[in-house]
Amino acid sequence: MSVLQLTISGLREELQAQRTSAVAVTRRCIERIDNTDDQLNTFVSRCDDSAFQDATAADVRLSAGKAATLTGIPLGLKDIFSTKGLRTTCGSKILANYVPVYDATVVERLREQGAVIVGKLNMDEFAMGSSNESSAAGVCRNPWDTNHVPGGSSGGSAVAVAAGQVVAALGTDTGGSIRQPAAHCGVVGLKPTYGRVSRYGVIAYASSLDQVGPITRTVEDCALLLEAIAGYDPCDSTSVDCPVPDYQASLRDGVAGKKIGLPQEYFIAGLDPAVKAAVDAAVEVYRGLGAELVPVSLPHTDYSVACYYLIATAEASSNLARYDGVRFGVRHCTGGGLIDMYQQTRSAGFGAEVKRRIMLGTYALSSGYYDAYYLKAQKVRTLIRQDFLKAFEQVDLLLTPVAPTAAFKIGEKMDDPLQMYLSDIFTIPANLAGTCAMSIPCGFDAAGLPIGLQLIGKPFGEEEMLQAAWAFEQATDWHTCRPTL
Amino acid sequence: MKISEKNVAYVAGLARLSLTPEELKTMTGQMDAILGYVDKLNELNTDGIIPTAHAVPMANAFRVDQVVTSIGTAAALANAPHGADGCFQVPKVIE
Repeated sequence: MSVLQLTISGLREELQAQRTSAVAVTRRCIERIDNTDDQLNTFVSRCDDSAFQDATAADVRLSAGKAATLTGIPLGLKDIFSTKGLRTTCGSKILANYVPVYDATVVERLREQGAVIVGKLNMDEFAMGSSNESSAAGVCRNPWDTNHVPGGSSGGSAVAVAAGQVVAALGTDTGGSIRQPAAHCGVVGLKPTYGRVSRYGVIAYASSLDQVGPITRTVEDCALLLEAIAGYDPCDSTSVDCPVPDYQASLRDGVAGKKIGLPQEYFIAGLDPAVKAAVDAAVEVYRGLGAELVPVSLPHTDYSVACYYLIATAEASSNLARYDGVRFGVRHCTGGGLIDMYQQTRSAGFGAEVKRRIMLGTYALSSGYYDAYYLKAQKVRTLIRQDFLKAFEQVDLLLTPVAPTAAFKIGEKMDDPLQMYLSDIFTIPANLAGTCAMSIPCGFDAAGLPIGLQLIGKPFGEEEMLQAAWAFEQATDWHTCRPTL
Repeated sequence: MKISEKNVAYVAGLARLSLTPEELKTMTGQMDAILGYVDKLNELNTDGIIPTAHAVPMANAFRVDQVVTSIGTAAALANAPHGADGCFQVPKVIE
C-alpha cells in the first residue's frame, strides 16, 4: 500500500499480525519526508534517530503481544507541543534554541502508547495565522498546489498527513487552526470541546480558546487518536473530569433520524460557488442517509471575528509576556538596563503578526479601553455561545463550510491582516462557544484544491459528531483522494 | 482615526516592544483598520449580559495539598540565556 494511504486502523492490524514492523513503516515515512520536504517545508525539527529507537521499542512490545492502539504508528507533532529533549520553537525566532525539559501531557500519552514521534511540524508563529506564512521557519506549502498556502496555523500538521510524511498528527485550534488547514489539504481535523484534552505543556496562545486535536486521513483514525489524548489531567485545571467514550465503538451508528441544522448565516454572499456546491452536495448525501436537515439561525455569527480578535489578542498579550529573555529563549541585549533588554529581546524575537496581536491585545486591556473592547467582547461571546446552545435545543449537529474559499495563493493576503482574519469566520464561533467541531473532505474546486465540510457538535458531543462524519465518509470517496507529489 | 501614532507608541511601551518609525506608521494604519472593524460590536446592546471568560462553566479547581517533585534547579535553568550560581542573571536593575 502507498505510504499516502496508510491509516492508524489499517496499520494497527498489520503491525499486530506482524505482517510489517514499526521500523519498516517508520523508514517508509522518513524516506517520504526525505523525498518531499524540500518542496513542502513541513518539518521544523526532525528526530530520525529517536524515531527509530521508538520504532524498535514498539516492535519489541508488538512481538510481546502488549501493543496499544498507537504502538509503532509514526506520528508528527505541531511544533507547539513541549517535547522533552527535542527543540520546540513554536514557529518563532524567540524560541529558536528552546529545548523543553518535560513532555506535554498529550505527548506523554502518545509515548505511553508506544507511538513513534518523527518530528516537529511547521506552524504560524505562536499559532497566530491562517496561512502558515508567519512561521520563522518559512512558509509550508500545500501539497495539492505548492503555490498555495496549506492553511494555518497547524499547516505543517495537515501537510504532513496529506503528503504521506506521517500517518497522523496533532495540531491545536484556537480559531480554526486544525479545521482550516485540514480542509485546505483534504484531510480530517477535529477540534474537541474546550476542556476535553489537556493543554499542559502546550505553548499558550489564547488560553480560553486553545484546544489540542488530531489531524488524520480518515474519521476512524480521528476517533482513535482523540481517544488516546482525551481525558482529565490534574496538571491542567481547565481539563474536564468526565469519562472519555469509546469513540470507535459507536462510529457505525449512522445518522438516520438525526436532525442536522444548516445555519443560514454561514451560507452568505462571500461564499465561493465551488464551496457552496460541495457543501450543498454534502447536504444531499446526509438527506440520502436518512438525516433530517433543518434551517437554523445563529444570529450573532457576523460579530464573531471582531469578538475573537479582541479576546484572543488580549489573552495572547498576557501569555506572551513571559518571553522576556530571562528564563528561556533567545536574549538580545546591546546595553542598557533590564527594561531595555526586555524591549530588545521582544522586538528582535517576535515576527510582525505576533507583534500586531500583542499590540492589539495590550490596547484592548489597557486602562480606559478595557470596558469598551475586552469586556464588550466577553459579553458578545456570551451571545454567541447562547446562539449555539439554543440551536442545539432543536438539532443534534450543525453543518457548514469550513472556510469561504479553498486555499488561497501564497502572498495573497499578507499585506491585509483584516482580510486574513475574515477568512476564519466559519471556524471561530465554535471556539468562542467552546464546543466541538471537525472538518472532513467534501470535494474540490475547479483548480483541484480540496474543500472541507464542517460539522459542529454539542459540547462534549464528539461521539455523535464522529458518527455523522463516518457516515459521510462511507458514502463518499473524497477521503481517498491524495495529491500527486 | 481610531488610534494615533502617539497612542500606538504608548501601547508599544506597555507591551515592551520598540518599533522603528516605519513600523510605528504601518502598525498605526493596521490597528486603526482593525479597531474600526471591531467597532461593529457596538451595534449590539449588551446591557445586563454576563461576560464569558470561559466557555465551560467551572468553579475553582482544587487539588490535594500535597508536596510533589519539581523539576529541580538545573533543569529550570537549562534554557536560561544567562544563569549564575543557580539563579537567572539579568542586567543591573538598581543603579
